[in-house]
Amino acid sequence: MYLQLAWRNIWRNTRRTTVILVAVIIGIWSMILLGALMRGIAAGMIKNGISTLTGHLQIHHIGYRDDPAIETSMANPQMIENALTLVLPIESMWATRVRVNAVASNARHSSGVTLVGIDPLSEARVSFIGKAISKGRYLEQSDPNGILVGAALLDKFETKLGRKLVLMSQNTSGEIASRAFHIVGIFNAEMQATEKQFVFVTRPASQQMLNLGHGISEISVILPEKTDISAIISALKDALPQDQYEVHSWRELLPFQTAYLRILDGFIWIWYLVVFVAMGFGIVNTTLMAVFERMREFGLLKALGMNPWWILRAVLTESFLLLFSGMIIGNILAFLSIYLLSGIGIDLSAMAAGAEYAGMSRIIYPAIEFKDIMMANSIVMLLGLLVSAYPATKAARFMPVKALAHT
Amino acid sequence: MNIVECTDVNKTYQQGQVQIVALKDVSFCIETGAFVALAGPSGSGKTTLLNLIGGLDSADSGDITVDGNPFGQMSQSQLAKLRLYMVGFVFQAYNLIPVRSAAENVEFVMLLQRIPVSERKQRARAILDEVGLGGKYDRRPAQLSGGQQQRVAVARAIVSNPSIVLADEPTANLDSKTGKGLLEIMKKMNLEKQITFIFSTHDKMVMDYARRLILLQDGRLADDRVK
Repeated sequence: MYLQLAWRNIWRNTRRTTVILVAVIIGIWSMILLGALMRGIAAGMIKNGISTLTGHLQIHHIGYRDDPAIETSMANPQMIENALTLVLPIESMWATRVRVNAVASNARHSSGVTLVGIDPLSEARVSFIGKAISKGRYLEQSDPNGILVGAALLDKFETKLGRKLVLMSQNTSGEIASRAFHIVGIFNAEMQATEKQFVFVTRPASQQMLNLGHGISEISVILPEKTDISAIISALKDALPQDQYEVHSWRELLPFQTAYLRILDGFIWIWYLVVFVAMGFGIVNTTLMAVFERMREFGLLKALGMNPWWILRAVLTESFLLLFSGMIIGNILAFLSIYLLSGIGIDLSAMAAGAEYAGMSRIIYPAIEFKDIMMANSIVMLLGLLVSAYPATKAARFMPVKALAHT
Repeated sequence: MNIVECTDVNKTYQQGQVQIVALKDVSFCIETGAFVALAGPSGSGKTTLLNLIGGLDSADSGDITVDGNPFGQMSQSQLAKLRLYMVGFVFQAYNLIPVRSAAENVEFVMLLQRIPVSERKQRARAILDEVGLGGKYDRRPAQLSGGQQQRVAVARAIVSNPSIVLADEPTANLDSKTGKGLLEIMKKMNLEKQITFIFSTHDKMVMDYARRLILLQDGRLADDRVK
């Protein structure tokens, strides 16, 4: 009966209730949707980062990350691969790479690039390149002269599929080595910078060009979902000679994305508070108006023997029903918006340069996290009831004789 | 046995810079089962005295005791509980809860008393039948006439068998015929259920119904006679 009475009371002034209900709905909807979009941006950044040659973890020779030169390559990859076989979970995948700075040139242009020597089969399972070929073909295992070039670099060099591209880099003897490759495939990446930066050849071709023998620059590992990365890193560090190799997680390899993740929760909280402050004033104002309008009625309830605590509870019940109704509708609208956006995403191509600078994907897909939904709903409900406590206390404190005389 | 005892009760209101003496050294007793009218012109202190007896307001000095409970020593919560179980109110402006039906208004006091829902419903309908509102259980106050609303208020006041019903000018907003009908109902309840009725009035017809008349003038007890 209390709930029934509270429900009837909130609809005594339909317009006022509708206004505050709409405010709660918009508040909840925006909290959940914005949270999902921010999580989506973060998920996209991490996914991009991991698939753009980073992986979940990488192994390098000590000093490679400070100076990624040919001298800091790993001469004995077989020993590392043996350790990986022992330590990593069965579904794990890894790829060995040669990765050095180089200069690419053709008859018209030249540009600094990163030469990546890959094992085509294992690389396709670990990074984006296996699925990124938009024109031509992917590298074959024995492809001594084939090279994959990004679409943006191709435009910059004003060249096309089948043409030659010359790569120059320093070899292990400290001399400049150069070799001509044929463009066999063009790839598209999430970010233009990736298309301009990386060129891919087979690992044996790069080793031969750089006089590297069996040496490699890095090993990139993809782990099965929900694997404890820090435990794997710790086991790998134990299995490998620590004076020769270092193991890094993607968090260390992608510091910008890691920093963004750290501040993301803060951003979401700030947004939640901004929305709530706006909504909170509306709730207090509306409830106060409703309380003062019914001052005489509260006087009557007290005269009939209603305890002040019961009046407090009655007003809070009305706020609860208002907030709860708004929450239900707001959640449904938010889920509906997220569902619709999950198919098409939000296309940021128009501001691709800015988005790319921040490491964001060109298209953002919202990502729901249960804790964000719980947090948004809890904030609205708990703080909503808290701000309603002020008018509710006012109602509970009315002196019956004064309240009954109120007109 | 006395249900109400007032001894040297004083009450003064501050209105801006002016002090208004509402009650001055008022003392009287009312026995259980009485049907008493507090009469007097406007501003004589009738409503103030009813509010004090109902525990809705507190006296500046003096003692008020209802059924042996001294109001001066009771907290707001204790007074609320006393009103809930021992006092019924009938107001001049009916004061029904607009979002509730007639039966729900009557049930409300029993809801506060935590009486089971089936018993509540049965008693509410029975008392509405007694005051002549059978079949109008589900009507909201706005769908009832003034006389019918006041009968709902009387039903609400007596449904939980209080010791005392305080009625503040219960017929003031009613025409004489409807007012007379209401007084008949109140008198019937007084006789059948032995509930003490104290009502304020300046209406001659209402005064004629009372078995005892307490006359107030300028906040003082001017006359007290049993008819």
